Amino acid sequence: MVGKMSTSRISFNLINYSFLTILSLLALFPFLNVLALSLSNKTAAAAGLVKLWPVDFTLSSYRFVFMRHEFFTALGISLERVLLGTAISMIISVLAAYPLSKEERAFPGRTLYAWIFVFTILFNGGLIPWYMTIKMTGILDSVWALVLPGAVQVFNCLLLLNFFRGLPKALEEAAFVDGASHWTTLGRIFVPLSTPVLATVTLFTVVGHWNAWFDGIVLMNSPSHYPLQSYLQTVVVKMNTSTFANIDPVQAKLLGEISDRTVKAAQIFMATLPIICVYPFLQRYFMSGIVLGSVKE
Amino acid sequence: MLSHRWKRLLPLHLMLLPALSLLLIYGYGPITGIVIAFQKFMPAKGMFGSPFVGLDNFKYVWNLPDTKQVLMNTVVIAFFKIVLNLLVPIVLALLLNEIRLKLFKRTVQTIIYLPYFLSWVLLGGILIDILSPSQGIVNDIIRALGFKPVFFLGDPGWFRFTVVFTDLWKEAGFNTIVFLAAVTNANPSLYEAAVIDGANRWKQTLSITLPSMLPVIILLATLSLGNVLNAGFDQIFNLYSPQVYSSGDILDTFIYRIGLIDTQYGVATAVGLFKSVISCVFISVSYMLAYRLAGYRIF
Repeated sequence: MVGKMSTSRISFNLINYSFLTILSLLALFPFLNVLALSLSNKTAAAAGLVKLWPVDFTLSSYRFVFMRHEFFTALGISLERVLLGTAISMIISVLAAYPLSKEERAFPGRTLYAWIFVFTILFNGGLIPWYMTIKMTGILDSVWALVLPGAVQVFNCLLLLNFFRGLPKALEEAAFVDGASHWTTLGRIFVPLSTPVLATVTLFTVVGHWNAWFDGIVLMNSPSHYPLQSYLQTVVVKMNTSTFANIDPVQAKLLGEISDRTVKAAQIFMATLPIICVYPFLQRYFMSGIVLGSVKE
Repeated sequence: MLSHRWKRLLPLHLMLLPALSLLLIYGYGPITGIVIAFQKFMPAKGMFGSPFVGLDNFKYVWNLPDTKQVLMNTVVIAFFKIVLNLLVPIVLALLLNEIRLKLFKRTVQTIIYLPYFLSWVLLGGILIDILSPSQGIVNDIIRALGFKPVFFLGDPGWFRFTVVFTDLWKEAGFNTIVFLAAVTNANPSLYEAAVIDGANRWKQTLSITLPSMLPVIILLATLSLGNVLNAGFDQIFNLYSPQVYSSGDILDTFIYRIGLIDTQYGVATAVGLFKSVISCVFISVSYMLAYRLAGYRIF
C-alpha cells in the first residue's frame, strides 16, 4: 500500500517538475532569443540562424546604440521622471493616508474624504477630457505632465491607510499624551513602523513610472522629450525606420554588421536589463506587496 | 475648547490638501469635461463656447459600422483573459504547492513572475520579433515541424488568440503568487487528519487545499468583473495593425483613434463616457459582491 502510493507520487513529482521546468524555460525563451539576436551579426539574424545563442558574436548593435544620443536623452528623462515622480507621489500618498486612516470619530469628515478619493477609481472622464485637462493646466510637454496627473495613486493610499490602521493604537495615544502633534506622530511613529509597506509602494511607483509610455507619447510634443519607453515605442514597435537617419562615418562602418532588427533587439534588451538586474532582490517586497494588497484578512 | 479641537484637526485637513487638490484637478477636472460628449466640440471655442448637440455624438457612433464589432471584440477578449487568468494561476499554484525543493519553487516563481514587470512596449517589441512569420523563431519552429507559418499578429483569426495567450504569459505569475499565499492559509492539522484518514494528495488537494484558497479565488474573480470593458489598451496598442482591426480593435484603441488621431473630440468623449458609465456599474457591483462574498472592504 505504502509502496504503491509512493510510486504514483514519484511519477507525479517527475511530471510536475518537468512541466514546471518547461514552463519556466518557455517564459524565459523570448528574452534569451532577443538577447542572442542583439549580439548577432546581421546576416545571421536575417538568415534565421539565431535561436538562443548568438551567431557571429558582435557588440556592434550595442556600440551603435551607445553612439546615438537619442537613447540616452530618453533614458535621462526617464530617470528624472522616476525620481521626481516617486518622491512626489510617496510624500503626497503618505500625507493623505494618515488622516484617512483615522476613525470618523477622531477625524470628522474622513469618510467623505475617503469617498472623494475612491470615486476617482470608480469613474473617470475618459481619454479626451483627461488630455484637455492636462493641456489646460499648461504643463504639456514638460516633465510635470508625466508626474503630476498620476501623482495620487488611490490604491497606494488605500494600501498605506490599511497598514496604518493595523499599527498599535497605544503608541499613538502615548505620543499624544507626550504632546506630540499629528505631524510628529506621522513622521516619528507611523513612517518608521511602516517600512515594509512603504518599500512595497515605493517599488510599485518606481516600476510604474519606469514602464509608463502612453502619457509620454500623448503629452510630449516632440520625440526628443520622450521618456525611454515612449521613445522605444516609436522606434521598436511602430517600425519607425529613423533609427539609421543622420549617421556619421564611424556609425556607417558599423552598419555592415547590424540591422534594424539587431539594433531593436539591443535597445529592448538594454531597457529590460535594469528591471532584470534589480528584480531578484526586490521580488520579496513585491510579493509581500501583493499579499498586503490582495489577501487582506 | 472648540478652538483647541479645531487646532488638533487642522493638520489632518492640511495633510489631505496636496492629494485633494491634485485629485480635484486631474481626477475631477476630466469628469466635468464629459460635457464635450454632448457638444459639437470645436477646440477654438472650447468647452464653454461649443454648441450643444444633445445625443448626436452617441447616435453617430452607434450607427458606425465598426462600433458593434469593437464592443464585441472588447467583451470577448476581456472575458477570455479574465477566465484564463484565474484558472491557469490556480492550477500553477496547486502544482507549485506540491514542490518540496524550496530553491526550485522559488526559481520557477521568479521566472514566471518576471514578464509582469516589463512594459507592453518591451514585450510588444519582443513579441513582434519572435512571432514574425518570416524571421521569428516561433515560426521557425513551426516550419521545422512541417506546418505552415502562422501570422500571429497579422491574421484576424489568430490575433485574439495571440492577445489572450501573451497576456496570460505576462500576468499569470502575479495571480499564481497570490494563490500560493492563500494556500498557506490552510490549517496544517487538517492535512494530518486527512493522512490518518487515508486521503492521498489528490484528495487532500480537493478537500483541503482548494477550499482554503476559495475566499481568495472568489475575491479575485469578483474583482475582475470590473474589467469586462478593459481588454488591455497597452497590449493591443503595441501589437495591433489595421489588418486585425476586425477582431482586435477594442473600445480604448477605438477611442484613441477617433479622438487623438482623427481629432473628433466630441465623438471620442461620447464613447469614453459610455465606457466609463458601464465600467463604473461593473466595478461597483464587483466591489459589492467582493464585500458580500469575501468580506473585502476598500477602506
